[in-house]
Amino acid sequence: MSVETLFALAACALVGIGLYGLIVQPHPLRKLVAFNVMGSGVFVLFGALAMRGAEAGMAADPVPQALLITAIVVAFAATSVTVALLLRLIESTDNASLADEPSAGD
Amino acid sequence: MMVPVVSVVVVALLLWLAVWTVVARDAFLAVAAFVVYGLLLALVWVRLAGVDVALTEAAIGGGLTGALLLGAVGRLRGTEAAATAERSSAGTQGVALVLSVGVTMALVLCVLALPEPAPTMAPQVAHKLPATGVGNPITGVLLAFRALDTLLEAVVLVIALIGVWSLAPDRFWGGRPGPRYTTDPDGILAYLARVLPPIGIVIGIYLFWAGADHPGGKFQSATILAAMWMLVQMAGLGDAPRIDSRWVRGGVVIGPLVFVAVGLFGAWTAGAFLGYPDGWAKPMIVAIEVALLPTLVLVLALLMNGPPSRGGAR
Repeated sequence: MSVETLFALAACALVGIGLYGLIVQPHPLRKLVAFNVMGSGVFVLFGALAMRGAEAGMAADPVPQALLITAIVVAFAATSVTVALLLRLIESTDNASLADEPSAGD
Repeated sequence: MMVPVVSVVVVALLLWLAVWTVVARDAFLAVAAFVVYGLLLALVWVRLAGVDVALTEAAIGGGLTGALLLGAVGRLRGTEAAATAERSSAGTQGVALVLSVGVTMALVLCVLALPEPAPTMAPQVAHKLPATGVGNPITGVLLAFRALDTLLEAVVLVIALIGVWSLAPDRFWGGRPGPRYTTDPDGILAYLARVLPPIGIVIGIYLFWAGADHPGGKFQSATILAAMWMLVQMAGLGDAPRIDSRWVRGGVVIGPLVFVAVGLFGAWTAGAFLGYPDGWAKPMIVAIEVALLPTLVLVLALLMNGPPSRGGAR
């Protein structure tokens, strides 16, 4: 097995782990972290594909790598908007619940 | 081909940390694991021959995102107990497990069925790169071959900032984001905030300038410069800017505006939006980068700062 296949398979697992956390964790901040793990899985998979395209004296295909840099920056922007939304939600409702009905604990 | 032991160890650690971020008992532990996970990802990018991506990941993925999430954890402390009371039922957990294993398996099948030889655009990039005058193929792709993506990315950042600002309560609109930090002026934080920025600024500008021919570039550079600014704010040596000040508004849009202007110049002289006439590629790329840098520094730092929360309309 080559290095890029190893990382590609690990990336598949990361997507699964992130998806599980996104569904199971009730707290929105935990969901956000899990979503970032899932996204990073997609990035690593894409990076592994870039390395498979190594040719012409380059260690990896630069086109997907450049898109990855763009993707990481955009993921940060999306995360910061989500964090701001989340803090505003708590400020205006005093709880971080995403449930339709307030839970019994409230 | 044998897989080096280092790669196996990195993958094992990566998966372990990913599981940890998902199952950790409280949000703080999850975020702390995520920060380490981000730094480990930078190592993954080095293993995958992407030094430019590694720099971006370490600076933004691990650094800025981690700091942002840690800040959020601090302010969300009180809400965690209630959310924990809503813990998913065993049924939901079972469905989630089946679904995520299913998605992983489908992806694994795709990975194992990838075509040989792999499709690649490296030869085209290698062939056309000399025409752009830059030596780093990633910079060439970002600012010449796929410049439209980079333009849209800069626009996305500005839109994200507008989104964050829009969440401000009306009475704070136009004011300053975040708390006014006060720390001991002789303390270690204030000391670091005096000593580190000069070094950080030099490294940031070096990365920016070296990005034309070596790993680095405006994103990595802008992140370091933004981090230095955040450090100065957190040490109480400087304050976050008012979001209604002219220089902030101007700085936020200057990068995309120059980018669009260069694009239109290309449409006029080279017959395509963002096309570069022969021999003009390098100066136009430098013009875009120089204009984008202040925008990226400002937007990244202001996204970290969050919506304005004090000192509304003057």
